[in-house]
Amino acid sequence: MQSNGRYSGVAIALHWLMALLILGNFCLGLYMADLPLSIQRLHLFNYHKWTGATILAIAALRLLWRLTHRPPPDLPAPRWQIRAAHVTHWALYALFFAVPLAGWAYSSASGFQVVVYGVIPLPDFVPKDKALADSLKELHEILAWVLFSLVALHVAAAMKHTLVDRDGLLRRMAPGRA
Amino acid sequence: MRMTLRSAFVLAAGLGLAGVAFAQAKVIPAQSEIDFVIKEQGVAVDGKFAKWSADIAFDPRKPETGKVAFTIDTASATFGTPELDGELPKPTWFNVARFPTATFASSTIQAKGSGKFEVVGKLSAKGTTKDVTVPVTLAQSGGVTTATGQFAIKRNDFKIGEGEWAATTDLANDVLVKFKIALSGVGPL
Repeated sequence: MQSNGRYSGVAIALHWLMALLILGNFCLGLYMADLPLSIQRLHLFNYHKWTGATILAIAALRLLWRLTHRPPPDLPAPRWQIRAAHVTHWALYALFFAVPLAGWAYSSASGFQVVVYGVIPLPDFVPKDKALADSLKELHEILAWVLFSLVALHVAAAMKHTLVDRDGLLRRMAPGRA
Repeated sequence: MRMTLRSAFVLAAGLGLAGVAFAQAKVIPAQSEIDFVIKEQGVAVDGKFAKWSADIAFDPRKPETGKVAFTIDTASATFGTPELDGELPKPTWFNVARFPTATFASSTIQAKGSGKFEVVGKLSAKGTTKDVTVPVTLAQSGGVTTATGQFAIKRNDFKIGEGEWAATTDLANDVLVKFKIALSGVGPL
């Protein structure tokens, strides 16, 4: 914990890096899903998988950091809001893992091993199976939409603190010196 | 065809002789497969030919007199992924409408010792014929002879993947063909 009530520099850096990667990969996923087969489609699918694997790795780092570093104390707010904020944060953490893992499994079940950046092969932890691939595709999609919805809720709550409560909450996570 | 007793006799004798010279081997489809592997941005993707037939006359003790021929139904190529399988029959890939089959016919078979053989032959696909050398390993158990092996071909030699797909930076030119053919009726090694 930092004396100025801010998150640590590492936590802030990981938060914004993750925000960028998740939003970017979400949009990429939506865009590429229905493209006809082309070199571009294969490239985009690989970039999407590589980014997802990167998100998974950063999620592990972030969880480790979060468990070993106390975040700044909650700002004063009604009890239900504090509870909702905590539940949302832990659900976000769970989805940082669940969405990429479902995508990874979907890729394996479709017969495409994930080779991160074209050099690091990830093990296939499910067999190649058409029916399984279809279910995992759906699961990956649903989880991604749940993640997107929670991110939207998270952003809306931050906006509410900034514009309605004007309690300076955003300064706790703002990059640079506050 | 009208068959006289004499021609029937000649035919039977001929078949009998052929049987002595070349035991005609029979493929056991359930235990056989012809697969291919292609790399795309470092990812090895496996496919197979679901339908093919083989004409194999081969005596392991007289390999040089043997003959091996395969006919592969190009429409049966599958990655098991609908979005890819829908593309394979198109002119860019196998052009199944114009070239419904790919064939392999052996020219020479050489013994390499301890159940290994080298089959040189002509591979024809999509209007191009190339010589290929196929290493084959035979194993026998309980009357079943299993021939396994793999060899690489350059897909661009056969124009498989035209247009933007001809580039080999992401989609490798090398395609590994792997096979396991289980046969009955092959003489002992």
